[in-house]
Amino acid sequence: MKRKSVAIVGAAETTELGVIPHMSQIQLHADAALNALADCGLTPKDIDGLACAGASPVEVAWYLGITPTWVDGTAVGGCSFMMHVRHAAAAINEGLCSTVLITHGESGRSGIGRARFGFAPQSLQGQFEAPYGPFGPPTLFTLPVLRYMKEYGLTEEQLAMVAVVQREWASMNPRAMFRDPITVEDVLNSRMIAYPIRLLECCLVTDGGGALVLVSAERAKDFPTKPVYILGTGESVESPMISQMEDFTTSKAFRVSGKKAFEEAGITHDDVDHLMIYDAFAHLPIFGLEDLGFVGRGEAGAFIAEGNTRPGGKLPLNTNGGGLSYTHTGMYGMFALQESVRQLRGTAPAQVPNCRISVCHGVGGMFAASATIILTNEEP
Amino acid sequence: MELTEYRKPIPKPTPETRDFWEGCKRGELRLQRCTVCGHVFFPPRGHCPKCAARSVESFTASGRAKLYSYIINHRPAPGFEQEAPYAIAVVQLEEGPRMMTNIVGCPQTPEALQLDMPLEVTFEPITDEISLPKFRPVDAR
Ligand SMILES: [Zn+2]
Repeated sequence: MKRKSVAIVGAAETTELGVIPHMSQIQLHADAALNALADCGLTPKDIDGLACAGASPVEVAWYLGITPTWVDGTAVGGCSFMMHVRHAAAAINEGLCSTVLITHGESGRSGIGRARFGFAPQSLQGQFEAPYGPFGPPTLFTLPVLRYMKEYGLTEEQLAMVAVVQREWASMNPRAMFRDPITVEDVLNSRMIAYPIRLLECCLVTDGGGALVLVSAERAKDFPTKPVYILGTGESVESPMISQMEDFTTSKAFRVSGKKAFEEAGITHDDVDHLMIYDAFAHLPIFGLEDLGFVGRGEAGAFIAEGNTRPGGKLPLNTNGGGLSYTHTGMYGMFALQESVRQLRGTAPAQVPNCRISVCHGVGGMFAASATIILTNEEP
Repeated sequence: MELTEYRKPIPKPTPETRDFWEGCKRGELRLQRCTVCGHVFFPPRGHCPKCAARSVESFTASGRAKLYSYIINHRPAPGFEQEAPYAIAVVQLEEGPRMMTNIVGCPQTPEALQLDMPLEVTFEPITDEISLPKFRPVDAR
């Protein structure tokens, strides 16, 4: 896409976050959407493009009273919203629509109005994975970890440090679910979930949502908020089954998506002030740092353990506390995007000084999909 | 064990996977090979994922594999309560493809489960139609 041709002008999360048993999943979409529209002074009648995952765009359009000329229901898991941003930018540039709303709402904890997770016995997962006893993402997403540890010598202590550092960021964020500081010992002593992964290395399970409003860069200055411009984008997919992932030490989808986004943005890694890497589990930031090219193969565990990504470090990472400590509804990507926008607006609870360029990297499924959005507050 | 009491997920074959599951019933691990480029692949499908040729053949694999990676699951899936904690593994077959499985015939511990240890296939009948391919250490016979 053309650099800085499209901007995010509206951004908000659901009014409440964490445990919201009095709201269904579709109402969480609506709550987030109405907050994002209020953020930029619009109403549903102003929206002509709609993208969402976790609900059909038909359902969300009807529920909010939107008559779109462009819809995108890409639903590949938690990075769907990064893909929506990318697709929306292309649609706006092509003139398919002018004002796009992207919504996420998920009753991940309370399960109100939410479809059940499961594989049909005739599906590939139903035939070739489910019979062996996996029980959701903690037992699938974690499968590559031991192979990575053996190949690169990553220690259990280094892996635990990912959770420790992210809790440091969360401690500065009043909306974070977990804010009390933790130590490596706390992590290693927490309940074993799927060896070698412990409870504190797994994401939260929460209720919540978020929404974004995008317009062309020319129109962005007419809005009350500080525009956040889209600088570069990438996306890819790999395999629907973790067992068929090409290499358990690196994600092909991460590499393809990240490379495309950096090429589009025309920046180097040294230009990056702020980084979000979707952390469903503690090994995700490690894979992300390496596959995006911030560090070499096998170096990310030490890079994090040495403090480079903690508050005051040279590469602030997951500054909201991440899926491990802030919130994780199930499809967390929307919250990573919200934090990138806050950092570039200068309104984040743990604000990074002089933040100009933010890289926001998402995963979908169990390393099944990926998308990367690079954002800036510098005007075109 | 009474087969009628089997409470775990049971695979249901499709036209493309029937040969694989019928092979398992006979005690054979069936893989596919592209007759154009020679690529060996799994799970089964009607074409080669490497060169897209529709000309593919099935053959019986050696059943030998190495332990590629695993987790030990402490939160059992429905039907697996009696086994927890149990390992969910991905094995690297001698012929190239990888598959998810369980490791049987050895303790479900990090000490007993060493990456790259040699394994061999064994088949566990779960219904009249379906036997699941599982793997055991080569020296655990
Ligand atoms: Zn071929």
